[in-house]
Amino acid sequence: MNWTWFHKLGSPPHFYRIAGAMIPWFGWPAAVLLFAGLYGGLWLAPPDYQMGDGFRIIYVHVPAAWLSMAAYVALAVSAAVGLIWRMKLAELAARNIAPLGAAFTLLTLVTGSLWGRPMWGTWWEWDARMTSELVLLFLYLGYIALHDAFPERRTGARASAILALVGLVNIPIIHFSVEWWHSLHQGATITKLSAPSIATEMLVPLLVMALGFTAYFTAVVLVRLRVALLESERDTAWVRALGADDV
Amino acid sequence: MTPARKQRLAVVLLVVFGVGLATLLALRAFEGNILFFFSPSQVAAGEAPLDRRFRIGGLVEEGSIHRNAGELAVRFTVTDTARSVTVLYDGLLPNLFREGQGVVAHGRLNDDGVFVADEVLARHDENYMPPEVHEALKRGAESPVGKHYEEQP
Repeated sequence: MNWTWFHKLGSPPHFYRIAGAMIPWFGWPAAVLLFAGLYGGLWLAPPDYQMGDGFRIIYVHVPAAWLSMAAYVALAVSAAVGLIWRMKLAELAARNIAPLGAAFTLLTLVTGSLWGRPMWGTWWEWDARMTSELVLLFLYLGYIALHDAFPERRTGARASAILALVGLVNIPIIHFSVEWWHSLHQGATITKLSAPSIATEMLVPLLVMALGFTAYFTAVVLVRLRVALLESERDTAWVRALGADDV
Repeated sequence: MTPARKQRLAVVLLVVFGVGLATLLALRAFEGNILFFFSPSQVAAGEAPLDRRFRIGGLVEEGSIHRNAGELAVRFTVTDTARSVTVLYDGLLPNLFREGQGVVAHGRLNDDGVFVADEVLARHDENYMPPEVHEALKRGAESPVGKHYEEQP
């Protein structure tokens, strides 16, 4: 197998250029999709037959929850690539995905709590779905803390990569918690095998929001990665050459 | 891939697989403790702990809600369609509480087999629809044609 493309992608100056070109292709769609999704979700979608307008928190809660898990998988894969290929770019990617993933997780927990108080009658219960999502937040925070606990950045990246891989086991637990155990949290609506049990006019804004969240996440990770690359490569010739262009 | 990378890849896969297996076994061992609630059938079969508080979950049976005027206290039946348990509760009920709704009550079983709850939570199912669709579905179910959705003016 030819790995040249892979190693080339991992080269900092090459990736810096590609990322710079890709950011607008994710950033603008993110703005448009999030605006359209919020408009569709808050104004166009009909109220729910039981929850009335209270169900509209789904348009933030569900995409945030999906992204909190997808970001963790991305973090763990990046960390594994960093561990196996000793690729600096992958190590930086894992570390720069972590704060965003933690933010999505916190958003999921807070919006879920706000919805749970009137609908379920409780802010918080130690239900399997909620507990495993809280564990995810602690995994993100633990990963960040462990990564930054070492004076040498690359040692920290290697040690925290192990934690990221061990934590990967939590992702299927979060997803299947509502099927494996009796839980307070309702089951999956969209990711189940049969047809989604949500009206189409409610579903479309939700999917638009999910795409918007994904585009936003990608754009922000790319921006963060470019900054991290400049910082860690500040003494190299290609970064100096960039600076010379601007001055 | 160099041999060193292959080896590291194998170790990574082994770690992920090993942790997954260990977690699976641990979760199976703790299964009873992760259950958020017991169903009325499990209570009838004696699986629920009678000496301490536990949660019971199921649907509020149609026509089973009784309350006295001017009081918060409410009595209703929780059923899983096979067995049912009577629940007594004195407090505020959540928005989604109604007949046919999934609920989880926290409390203990008294000597008469009545569940005295100090907390009642409503569950939400995974269905979301506008009120008109719900009405249409209900009318469809009640119409002589049967369960099929009927277009009505």
